[in-house]
Amino acid sequence: MSEIPATAKPIRRRATERVLEEPPCATAYVCEAASCMSAQAHDISARLGESVAAAGLSDVTIKRVGCLGLCAAGPLVEIAETGQLFERVRPENVEGIVQALKKVKPTDTRQPQGPFFERQLRVATENLGRIDPESLEDYVDRGGYEALKRVLSEMTSTEVRDEITRSGLRGRGGAGYPTGLKWTTVAKAQGTQKYVICNADEGDPGAFMDRSVLESDPFRVLEGMAIAAFAVHATEGYIYCRAEYPLAVSRLRTAIRLAQRAGYLGTGIAETSFNFDVQIRLGAGAFVCGEETALIASVEGRRGTPRPRPPYPAVNGLWECPTLINNVETFASVPTILRKGAEWYAGIGVGKSKGTKVFALAGRIVNTGLVEVPMGMTLREIVYDIGGGIIDGRPFKAVQTGGPSGGCIPAQFLDIPVSYESLIELGSFMGSGGLIVMDDTSCMVDVAKYFQDFCRDESCGKCVPCRVGTTLMYMLLDLISRGEATLDDLAQLERLAGIVQRTALCGLGQGAPNPIFSTLRYFRDEYLAHIVDRVCPAGVCSITPAEAIV
Amino acid sequence: MPAPHAKPLAPTDDKRWKIVETRMRRMGDRPAALIEALHAAQEAFGYLDTDALHFVGDKLGVPHSRVFGVATFYSFFTLKPQGEHTCVVCTGTACYINGSQEILVGLDRALHVKPKETSADGRVSVLTARCLGACSLAPAVIVDGEVKGKVTAGELVAQLEAM
Repeated sequence: MSEIPATAKPIRRRATERVLEEPPCATAYVCEAASCMSAQAHDISARLGESVAAAGLSDVTIKRVGCLGLCAAGPLVEIAETGQLFERVRPENVEGIVQALKKVKPTDTRQPQGPFFERQLRVATENLGRIDPESLEDYVDRGGYEALKRVLSEMTSTEVRDEITRSGLRGRGGAGYPTGLKWTTVAKAQGTQKYVICNADEGDPGAFMDRSVLESDPFRVLEGMAIAAFAVHATEGYIYCRAEYPLAVSRLRTAIRLAQRAGYLGTGIAETSFNFDVQIRLGAGAFVCGEETALIASVEGRRGTPRPRPPYPAVNGLWECPTLINNVETFASVPTILRKGAEWYAGIGVGKSKGTKVFALAGRIVNTGLVEVPMGMTLREIVYDIGGGIIDGRPFKAVQTGGPSGGCIPAQFLDIPVSYESLIELGSFMGSGGLIVMDDTSCMVDVAKYFQDFCRDESCGKCVPCRVGTTLMYMLLDLISRGEATLDDLAQLERLAGIVQRTALCGLGQGAPNPIFSTLRYFRDEYLAHIVDRVCPAGVCSITPAEAIV
Repeated sequence: MPAPHAKPLAPTDDKRWKIVETRMRRMGDRPAALIEALHAAQEAFGYLDTDALHFVGDKLGVPHSRVFGVATFYSFFTLKPQGEHTCVVCTGTACYINGSQEILVGLDRALHVKPKETSADGRVSVLTARCLGACSLAPAVIVDGEVKGKVTAGELVAQLEAM
């Protein structure tokens, strides 16, 4: 990939030292992240190992790596030296890969791999598909822990916070709160015991950025957390991870153990007086636990219900101590920012949205997968250039961002640069970064109903506007989708949505009406078609026959 | 935090209780270990019965009402035994727009099981998940722990019936 950082050492130094030897060294990267694993990547890597051994290629390394990104074409195998990518590998294709590995010459350089890869700019995901997620050496070889060591030996905690503030990094979990400001608040809060929590409760359906980062580069998250802990004077950390991500949890456990053994976690980190340790807490399938006060309740072993803020967790959080909560991607960006400098990071992006953002492309798009792009790239570039356009060449209808609190953006805004601000202006939301592409086979009333069903089910039940409001909104949407609603029902829906938005306790309830507002804003004609003409233009909803309505 | 209660005994002498006890002990037998303990018990026994809930609560000094509250709040925990085989259908957005509803309808039609139910003969339990994160394989299902991508209702029913 073109964006290999200048500071990183070559991945395989041995190869350059033994230029004249035969057979040449070659490395095959086998993607072993969840998506490829479920497409039997593990068999492929075992078979590849057998075939390579059978062919007597003693100098070929088969390396299992994290997410190569192009999940749609899994299982994926890449030859490191040439960048040649094998897609949808079946056991019978293994021989072809062995032949290609034989042909690798020491003089080979990586060839461009097409727009899906070339148009990306990788920061938080720079090691994805490049390292074995369970090898600390691999991570260190790619510049890992350089930042932490420099921070501990050369910088004060104030300098670290200033660096993050100047980089312009904002929370990548969705709301975009300035990270430097949050760190400063925690650092200045009263109290001797402080905590750092990594929010890995990636609940938005259609979002899998955090999962991929945790599965592919867990040390990076640990390093980011350690740097944050130093900056805010914390000594204990928690990673709150979904139980639905068993592979991510197991790789994190391994990474924590290896980092502790190597002195990057625990007491006296990197031979300094800094102490910091991390524990994992498993979620148990409650979407609301992504909200920070609910997350804290869950870490404390209670029902994950939010509480009113202020006080913010930065002042009064876990066990009433000042607590820093950041998302996986935020922590993952930190080591690179400190290694390359705040100015470098702030130089990427647009307006107040600096740096890069990881997006999970899903839905009716050709190149489903994980991408990282500079802020300010247009949706058209993301969907068409990187994403390869719509499946079967069908017409683009909308892209849904921000999960159940987000909205649907129609085709006329495809050329707007993506940033926190622009998405809010369009009535959507950055969210954690799931981009779900819809074509003309999706009905927008049905989509709104789907999200309302989600919110209704996931509402924790603590506050009335959310508990009752989401159910009522769902019932109205259901009525509309069956063609049984009147225009009065539509007006009622809009009024109700406004009330819930203004009065719900936490982000779940406040955001729940967003899919309704945004679909009404851009696709009101579809609502009217259901109500007035009693047809579903996309042919998704089952309209009740007129004679059946009493 | 309330002090841990005097040594409550495991409901049976099943060795799996040792695993649950160890996991609680590692977290100091404190109330904060509740969710971890429930995870451990469910991993060991497949579901959480009343005995398990009482034991965990007594051990950690958490009132039974609160244990029940936590166990029912989180959708990951199940208080009912599962069928011989489990089939988890992903209902995430990507799967939804790629046809996960049709899979659920197909399962109901062929096997007469709705989500969160077990078939009358106790063979198959159908569950739903919010998002498996396998969006590139949409629609995705997990049959007995194995993820299957791009499934159709017909294929899935045939597979479940053959098991």
